Amino acid sequence: MNLNELTIHELSGRLAKKEIAAADLARDVVARTEAVEPRLHAFLEWNGGELLAAARDVDERRARGEAMGPLAGIPVGIKDVLNVKGHTCRCGSKILQGYVAPYDATVIAKLRAAGAIPFGRLNMDEFAMGSSTENSAFGVTRNPWDLERIPGGSSGGSAAAVAASETPATLGSDTGGSIRQPASLCGVVGLKPTYGRVSRFGLVAFASSLDQIGPFAKDVTDAALVLGAISGKDPNDSTSVPEPVPDYTKALTGDVKGMKLGLPKEYFIPGMDKEVEAAARAAVDRLSSLGAEIVDISLPHTDYGLAVYYIIATAEASANLARFDGVRYGSRAKDAKDPIDMYGRTRGAGFGPEVTRRIILGTYVLSSGYYDAYYLRAQKVRTLIRRDFMEAFQKCDAIVTPTTPSAAFKIGEKAEDPLTMYLSDIFTVNVNLAGICGVSVPCGFTKQPKLPIGLQVLGKPFGEETILKVAHAYEQATDWRKARPAI
Amino acid sequence: MAEGATGDLAAMEYEICIGLETHVQVKTRTKVFCACPTEFGAEPNSNVCPVCLGYPGSLPVINEEAIRKTVLAGMLVGAKIARYSKFDRKNYFYPDMPKNYQISQYDLPLVIGGTVEYDFGIVDKKRLGETKVCHLTRIHLEEDVGKNFHFERTSGVDFNRAGTPLMEIVSEPDLSSSDEAFAYLTALKEILIYGGISDCDMEKGQVRCDVNISVRPKGQKELGQKVEIKNMNTFSGVRHAIDYESQRQIETLRRGGKLVQETRRWDDVAGVTESMRTKEHAHDYRYFPEPDLLPVSLSEEWLAEVRKLVPELPSAKRKRMVERYGIPLYDAGVLSADAALADYFEAAAKASKNPKSVANWICNDLLRDLAEAKLAIGQSPVKPPHIAELVELVDSGRISSKIAKDVFVEMFKTGKAPAAIVAEKGWVQVSDTGAIGKFCDEVIAANPKIVADFKAGKEVALNALTGQVMKLSKGKANPQAVRDALRAKLTG
Ligand SMILES: [Zn+2]
Repeated sequence: MNLNELTIHELSGRLAKKEIAAADLARDVVARTEAVEPRLHAFLEWNGGELLAAARDVDERRARGEAMGPLAGIPVGIKDVLNVKGHTCRCGSKILQGYVAPYDATVIAKLRAAGAIPFGRLNMDEFAMGSSTENSAFGVTRNPWDLERIPGGSSGGSAAAVAASETPATLGSDTGGSIRQPASLCGVVGLKPTYGRVSRFGLVAFASSLDQIGPFAKDVTDAALVLGAISGKDPNDSTSVPEPVPDYTKALTGDVKGMKLGLPKEYFIPGMDKEVEAAARAAVDRLSSLGAEIVDISLPHTDYGLAVYYIIATAEASANLARFDGVRYGSRAKDAKDPIDMYGRTRGAGFGPEVTRRIILGTYVLSSGYYDAYYLRAQKVRTLIRRDFMEAFQKCDAIVTPTTPSAAFKIGEKAEDPLTMYLSDIFTVNVNLAGICGVSVPCGFTKQPKLPIGLQVLGKPFGEETILKVAHAYEQATDWRKARPAI
Repeated sequence: MAEGATGDLAAMEYEICIGLETHVQVKTRTKVFCACPTEFGAEPNSNVCPVCLGYPGSLPVINEEAIRKTVLAGMLVGAKIARYSKFDRKNYFYPDMPKNYQISQYDLPLVIGGTVEYDFGIVDKKRLGETKVCHLTRIHLEEDVGKNFHFERTSGVDFNRAGTPLMEIVSEPDLSSSDEAFAYLTALKEILIYGGISDCDMEKGQVRCDVNISVRPKGQKELGQKVEIKNMNTFSGVRHAIDYESQRQIETLRRGGKLVQETRRWDDVAGVTESMRTKEHAHDYRYFPEPDLLPVSLSEEWLAEVRKLVPELPSAKRKRMVERYGIPLYDAGVLSADAALADYFEAAAKASKNPKSVANWICNDLLRDLAEAKLAIGQSPVKPPHIAELVELVDSGRISSKIAKDVFVEMFKTGKAPAAIVAEKGWVQVSDTGAIGKFCDEVIAANPKIVADFKAGKEVALNALTGQVMKLSKGKANPQAVRDALRAKLTG
């Protein structure tokens, strides 16, 4: 078996015992990436030589007997939205053409401190706006299970790279489902931490009050390992929370006996795919058979989530993306008459249609005369959505739902219809609005074609241990994680 | 229309209402949202980092010192300090704005209300002691922008100033003339320097002003149409702009014209205001809460710590100095204009029985010599106890006032104590009647004509004789003792 096929916890043990070298792993990762990338296009760019050099350095340090971090020698793929010093960071956009990050995002610094090696730039929907990676300015990423289909988004590259065993883990960002939805569609584990759990410093902001960075991994244990490495209060991010970071792997006991799992009626809707619904219900039954108590709950404001999300997220984005003006970095339009002309030309040429649409929408909802009716009201409803969850958590320890209403769709199928596209986030957006945590874990496949389905487990703020425990118990009771795409 | 203006309109009396929005650089070591230094005059774009350049992925972190100083400013003007406030994004595009939004405070500023008392003595010495109060609306904290430079074919931006903490102090439209605006700004500046809140260095652009000005018929309650004059960076500019603009508005109304709500620019060279944009073209800043920063909530303990930093304000200090030391209001004004100078005076005055004379020496001799030597009060070679000692030497008759001037020159030159200088130079005043008597006899013998004049009833002749004796004693004789001795000898 090639080393790139293994999980982090398998690799770490063998690396620690010096049965394998980090350089061996790096070589397999590069070989695999070179082999599948022409068909997959998960990476916008990667540097095999750099990875190999870093891996050799890890091996040398280990040979000298230095203390090694928990992720020593593990290559971790990085979504194009995170600053890695000396590397491009284009966020899937033409407007950041030529920008080279002058600093490391906090999560990158933390990964390095844990011994991991940041690897490559993973494809994404432009500025994380989208659910399919079709909005990338540099071409769509394909789903490893069916190359005619999308991998989900916006962190499609991050999900596809793990599913295709290019790297054992990757980082993505989740603003309305951008980790959990592609994880579900690619059949891997993806976790969105509680808002404030992971520093956002160095994450190019889409919607500041919703964005969180999280891991993609082959199984729950690996997700727990990476989450532990990147979590914690950061003096550079005022919204990060000084909550202690536990050893998340300690929560993975496999024991869910007596745990109360809430099943929200609003997450099983008439329009959803029958196979997806059946898989989610079967997963719930499985958890029940493991000893969990299933309780029916209601999240009455669920339906407003998508509308609230598209007001708050676009409002914040309209300001966050204002800095891309061609003055200090990135692309700049030539022959502009004056600054305003330069902005118009630079931004007009640099942003794709979905980003443009959202900036316009966000500008509109903040405009004088509309602010109260849209932005302010959306904030009030957001509070109600959060309250729904908090009340539900009085009755249950975690909530289980399908991650998405359907499996991966075909490339181009929804590209012309933004509203249908937005619906693929219907089960994930409210989690960001409430600021709670959620994980997607594989729970089966559709039959024809064979496409992954994900189960979403949601927890209260800083309830990562609980959702990892539930997801892990379910994962270990099933064989879904062992399935690999044919690519 | 203007031609048809009626006599009524033309004769109408108007009053002017002025409110100021004063932007003041808060004195902090580092910028408001990053760790870059706030120093002035560095190489362009050398004091910058991803945060103050608005690089993708960077996040602001509030500088507690900037909050503390803003709150202290609020305490100094007797304002209400908000226990809960927040930051907002003010959105507009401009090349000197790194993020194309400015982090500012919209509806929940740190400081609410407050007053600034100003003295008309600053514009007219004869009105010294005549004071008025200007109410403040609010004080909030925000970040400064960069600076644009235009070259022959290109433009550049220096972002060193971007992210420097600025306090915006918004006044009510309480001011009714350019003189009042000037006096208010001077008083405000004095307070901020006093509190260590800002250096208020005009040449470094640390104080900038937007002027809101309207006129209304005398007696009318509602304010007239407001015009804003943007970005004035000298107090004299503010004065001239107000004079010009209020006159323009009054004349427009007297001619029967209409005023529009607009933003104008002051052209210092031409001495006129000109329209920048009208209300229809006003910016929609699309304020919304800054999601990257937590709201600011200030604890009682934290506020108590800041309260300990509140110094006595200049106006209070002046009043106290007049009452306690019996010095003239004018001197108190001079002495309280600078906290260090006030401390210097008080140290000297407390060591002396004659604070009035101490004030005199400081206001006249010391300040003059310091200015000539380009020294700050803290660098003065003459220390407060020496001033007190000098006054004591004169008052006790040990030296004459005339000699005292020479002693002071030596004190400033050498930093030595006055008594030591007097001893060293042998400048002790001669009051000994024997010595004086000898000098008098010599002078009487040498000046028979003047003596005759005096004896003939010419009282002034005594002055001439006294002068001669003083000269003979090399200035050391006590003049009163000399006069007494001469009179005794000539009339006895
Ligand atoms: Zn900086």
